[in-house]
Amino acid sequence: MCIGFPGRIVSIDEDNMAVIAISDVRRDICLDIVDEEVKVGDYVICHAGYAIHRIDADLAKDKLEFLQELVDNEIY
Amino acid sequence: MKYIDEYRDPLLARGLLSTLESLAKRIGRLVTIMEICGSHTFAIARFGLRDCLPSSLRLISGPGCPVCVTSAADIDGMLYLAKQYEATIATFGDMLRVPGTGGVSLQQLRAGGAQVETISSAMEAMKMAEANPDQQFILLGIGFETTAPTVAATVMACRRKGIANLSVFSVHKTIPQAIRALIDDRALNIDGFLCPGHVSTITGAGIYELIPRAHRAAVITGFEPVDILEGLGMILEQLAEARFEVAVQYGRGVRPQGNHRARAVMNDVFAEVDAQWRGLGVIPGSGLAFRDAFAEFDTRRRFPIPVLPAAEAKGCECGSILRGVKSPDKCPLFRKVCHPANPLGPCMVSAEGTCAAYYKYYGKN
Ligand code: SF4
Repeated sequence: MCIGFPGRIVSIDEDNMAVIAISDVRRDICLDIVDEEVKVGDYVICHAGYAIHRIDADLAKDKLEFLQELVDNEIY
Repeated sequence: MKYIDEYRDPLLARGLLSTLESLAKRIGRLVTIMEICGSHTFAIARFGLRDCLPSSLRLISGPGCPVCVTSAADIDGMLYLAKQYEATIATFGDMLRVPGTGGVSLQQLRAGGAQVETISSAMEAMKMAEANPDQQFILLGIGFETTAPTVAATVMACRRKGIANLSVFSVHKTIPQAIRALIDDRALNIDGFLCPGHVSTITGAGIYELIPRAHRAAVITGFEPVDILEGLGMILEQLAEARFEVAVQYGRGVRPQGNHRARAVMNDVFAEVDAQWRGLGVIPGSGLAFRDAFAEFDTRRRFPIPVLPAAEAKGCECGSILRGVKSPDKCPLFRKVCHPANPLGPCMVSAEGTCAAYYKYYGKN
């Protein structure tokens, strides 16, 4: 039920509705409750027809690289 | 798929598993970790993680499937609405097949002529109401802090647009009060909690502070295999060092302060009330009901429901399963009588239900 999925914003209309892409699938998503500025190209986490979070791309990338490094060096 | 595939990397997962092994060895005793959220239960089963974990690590499933924790009385209330009133019920699909007292479900009522529509967003219910102004629509408002703001935002949009023929039967519940009940439960001995990622997206990390205060580990965790393994590792680290805190593994989905706009919308529309949970009983302050300012959207005030003599299916152990005291294979009806085509309890209906996850992903032995 609390399933959320990441999607890329493809367009935003004047009603604050966005079309987002998850691979080849497109969905209409409402932006009324996301609390950061979002723009086309941003990734958001969507739940039940609403975007609930803007993904910070740099943060996600750094975190994953860090994890990769730890595992590669068998520190972790 | 970006933000999905890289968190399913088998090499990374294998690396994390070997870390878990060494941490488990360092701790040197049986460790019990509860995954609160049904989406975690589902992911752990789907990716077969339970079978790869160190043998001293026991994972138990908690009450984080909103359909599953809905009380028999509330299910009966929904069925009453569908039967007694000239209104269309709009519901998330999961609820459709949950049997009420006596075994009847919304799906069966629909086959008998009741108006029941499935939706995947509260907004769809609003659109239906907007397109059919002469018809009453009742949205079954189920879900935790992740879903409640989406329902509240839809109510706000209805008010803006002057849509007056939609109301919501709110059985929304909130997570922190349930965690308190689990920590206090003497039948459980939980060392750490995998905290639900998407509830936390909204609430932030603060709601879990009661966990480290009770000397248990808390890690807000995402839903891909790498997330879950890393989250488990972070719990074991806290246990190994006896240093307890609320840590965030799922940084790409959660900011420590959460989503204040979603919380504000939710708090404008709903107020805390006591709520009855299947398995956990009445938990004070764990439900969300309409504030008076939004009374016209409250199904309970628009369509009165009498007190009905509700009862759970005889022999169904959903209650104990939701508290983490039993696993589905300990229910004598599991597989034999109760299976997805003939679910006796909600835990077998919902995709996130523990019984359904066990049925689908764990072998007969
Ligand atoms: S297997 Fe069926 S009857 Fe047993 S606890 Fe699960 S839902 Fe209830």
